[in-house]
Amino acid sequence: MKIAFEHKQSAHCENGVASNLMRFNGYDVSEPMVFGIGSGLLFCYIPFIKLDSAPLITYRAMAGFIFKRFAKRVGITIKREKFKDPKKAQKRLDENLEKNNPVGLQVGVYHLSYFPDEYRFHFNAHNLVVYGKEGDTYLISDPTMEEVTTLTDKELEKVRYAKGVFAPKGHMYYPIEFPEKLNLESAIKKGIKHTCREMLAPVPIVGHKGIKTVAKLIRKWPEKKGTKRANHYLGQIVRMQEEIGTGGGGFRYIYAAFLQEASAILNNDTLSTLSTEMTEIGDHWRDFALEASRIYRNRSAQNDAYNKVADQLETIGNQERDFFRKLKIAI
Amino acid sequence: MKKGEVPQDEDFLKEEHGRELSYAVDESGNYTTALSSGWEAKTIALDNALARIEERISAAKQRVLDNKTSPIEYFMELNRMDVPVLASYMGIWQWRIKRHFKPAVFKKLSKKMLTKYADVFEIELQQLQQINTDS
Repeated sequence: MKIAFEHKQSAHCENGVASNLMRFNGYDVSEPMVFGIGSGLLFCYIPFIKLDSAPLITYRAMAGFIFKRFAKRVGITIKREKFKDPKKAQKRLDENLEKNNPVGLQVGVYHLSYFPDEYRFHFNAHNLVVYGKEGDTYLISDPTMEEVTTLTDKELEKVRYAKGVFAPKGHMYYPIEFPEKLNLESAIKKGIKHTCREMLAPVPIVGHKGIKTVAKLIRKWPEKKGTKRANHYLGQIVRMQEEIGTGGGGFRYIYAAFLQEASAILNNDTLSTLSTEMTEIGDHWRDFALEASRIYRNRSAQNDAYNKVADQLETIGNQERDFFRKLKIAI
Repeated sequence: MKKGEVPQDEDFLKEEHGRELSYAVDESGNYTTALSSGWEAKTIALDNALARIEERISAAKQRVLDNKTSPIEYFMELNRMDVPVLASYMGIWQWRIKRHFKPAVFKKLSKKMLTKYADVFEIELQQLQQINTDS
């Protein structure tokens, strides 16, 4: 059986699943809208969580939070289920498909057979939609892929029961209740306020202060950690910023797209100006990524190069501080 | 980023692979999406990460051949795992995994435990035991 589900590619998996499930249920909500209302934008430096033995730097809210906040703010209810028993998990999935209900699943990336080998890491917070089953094969809409794909029941069980950090444990979710009309205006305002609060937080590892903390650390890395590790750390920052489905510039472009859309809905011209400004900040993040990646390609050990990217980052930190102060007033 | 500036780096992925979605503005300043086949900064970062993995795998292999660690560590690296991830797949404590890295302990492991490791690594039991000879 195959549900008439429209697959639309997105930059990031979670926004994409949310946006596609909403569209299936008759609500046209774009990926940037989900991201903005769900307060997806963030900067956070978490030294005590190591990813591939480098400190974690994230440009977005924690997995699962975006859709959760989005649902709460626009007034829909999501049903979430986890299963200890994989057989039960499969049964519930099949039941939903029978009822013509496509569902979102949290899965691990490592065993996703359709992913290119280069992208297969033990990362467990990926999302996709199952929209049908033919024999033993499930029809998969992975929003980060251009086209729909398939997984056998064995393959699907494997990715639903991946182990390690954020183990999905068969996590399945789908919206069940909708309001008569989505209250986008108030949801947008709530989403923006939340993001401003986080980006301006008086905490040294979050928001614009977090950016400046990392800039300071980058200056010290080559001496304290050695060139090799310093370069590895820089590489991980670039990967978190550009590789994990961010739509470019560490989600800054998606956020700019959201502000542009929000400006039309709220009839607020300042948001449109701020959208242009956010695009420029995104461009600066791209410049930073390019400089940083060139350092370790050339394996140049000059402290000068590190100081240069640190300067870039510090400027971005100041720009984001000014930006979110303006955004806070604009809303 | 302008739509015309969305990078198209052809040697990004070695395998045949779809393109990713990027957000960019068109000539009149409106946001739109465009597909990107890759970008220099990303390619370098990914190559760097993969080279690191290769380095770890070959270092682990050498240590197995020198009898300094057991094949379990080699296959762990080959599967891009670390000790916490492997412990989670095995359903045992991390210290037990580390203990199984000792060649002397590895030799005495029960067939049941070895089979469990082989299943997690998706290999035959034989491969787990014969890494010394086949490489």
